Amino acid sequence: MSLQRTPLFPYYQGEDMPAVRCIDFGGWEMPVQFYSIQREHDAVRSGAGLFDVSHMGEFEVTGPVAEAFLQRMTTNDVSRLLPNQAQYTLMCYPNGGVVDDLLVYKLSEDRFLIVVNASNIAKDFAWLHERLPKGVTLRDRSADMALLALQGPAAENILSRVTESDLKRIQPFHFQDGVLVCGRKALVSRTGYTGEDGFEIYCEAADAPVLWQGLLAAGVSDGLIPAGLGARDTLRFEARLPLYGQELSDTISPLEAGLGMFVKPGKGDFIGRDALVAQKTAGLQRKLVGIEMIDRGIPRAHYTVHAEDGRQIGEVTTGTQSPTLKRNLGLALLEISHTALHTEVWVDIRGKKLKAEVVPTPFYKRTKPKDEGAENG
Amino acid sequence: MSEVRDHLFYSEEHEWALPAGGQIVRVGITDHAQCQLGDIVFVELPEVGSTVVAGDSAGSIESVKTVSELYSPVSGKVVGVNDKLVDAPEIVNTSPYEDGWILEVEIDGSLDEALSKLLTPDQYRAIAD
Repeated sequence: MSLQRTPLFPYYQGEDMPAVRCIDFGGWEMPVQFYSIQREHDAVRSGAGLFDVSHMGEFEVTGPVAEAFLQRMTTNDVSRLLPNQAQYTLMCYPNGGVVDDLLVYKLSEDRFLIVVNASNIAKDFAWLHERLPKGVTLRDRSADMALLALQGPAAENILSRVTESDLKRIQPFHFQDGVLVCGRKALVSRTGYTGEDGFEIYCEAADAPVLWQGLLAAGVSDGLIPAGLGARDTLRFEARLPLYGQELSDTISPLEAGLGMFVKPGKGDFIGRDALVAQKTAGLQRKLVGIEMIDRGIPRAHYTVHAEDGRQIGEVTTGTQSPTLKRNLGLALLEISHTALHTEVWVDIRGKKLKAEVVPTPFYKRTKPKDEGAENG
Repeated sequence: MSEVRDHLFYSEEHEWALPAGGQIVRVGITDHAQCQLGDIVFVELPEVGSTVVAGDSAGSIESVKTVSELYSPVSGKVVGVNDKLVDAPEIVNTSPYEDGWILEVEIDGSLDEALSKLLTPDQYRAIAD
């Protein structure tokens, strides 16, 4: 099967563009890096980076009982959303394993946009469609929507040059639909996946090239560069944002992944509620923690983690040398008895058991401007 | 287009070998290899005194995203490693053919025979780009 491409694929290359390198990411031919992961990562931490994440899936959920339907399908409390607010949430299986993690945008009282992982689009659509009640319409908008992520401390400055809208009025986890960006209508959301301030900009696929080129041009003086999925992964990792397939899966619950604040059993019934309540009541058997290598080595996804006696106690879910901190760090799902801060554990790196310790997360937290509100919807 | 130097011998796994006097061969990775890897953040060096076998792993090179085996292009005893790479692995990116060399191997047996099994610069150019 040939790889899918976003509407921006032809614009990754060009006279004034660096040599892009693309990879197969869940069936999509996506840019992993334009310059280098380090350079793109640094740009987002210090200035800004522009990501094409149009491979993400967007579904529209509409109808008089759309909210009740999403309440039943997701773990967070959709009823707390006001129009123009976004919420991070998860869909679970009855056993508490995760179908996907997603963003829910409340467009109006009976209209929602939900944004899911590219690799899960077909699975999520089927999962929702099979449970669709009368009076709710589910529409896959993925093919006709593009998504750009403008991320970094300079993001607001840059975006303000190509829109008349007052971006200060879009607080974290809020959005505005119908905003003119480079003269094209877009939904502008103050969200992201990098641990920095920034915006996710949803537009019609046909308008994406104008926004991509317009934003890149508007950001030159602030050091804006295009950034690929490589930097997106290291940025989200430092900020401890989970990636489905690594920190989350059908065998890892949101509670084990440390996402309990997005699970609201008090809101009423939802799929997975009983299992998650039972898991919480019984106490977690394992949980996700940060680890830092003491010995020389870099932890990587799927490396096994061991106790001092050699017994396996878990596995690394993501690991790398942090481009910001230059520390060899990992996220690891470990037996609960080995998850206290500063517990020593041993990572099997290519046949050698190398010492690491449990450390606090997130590894990186940006310093927020004083006037900024809370970040979680 | 990456650089392939004319005075070196090459392996299909993108290592280079340079006769460094007597039975000693200096080994590193090619410009093409460092370019493919991206920002190199860690080099696992073999121990001095250990034995390496042509085509077998002699260590590893890690970039931000990937782990790559370092295959020795020749067989023999490790008589030197580039300790500078412990604290500054990025030298492999900036100077793959000189300051970024990785290890030195003392060949057992015929040096000419060991080198004759490797690729010429032109043969390597054909597979590197």
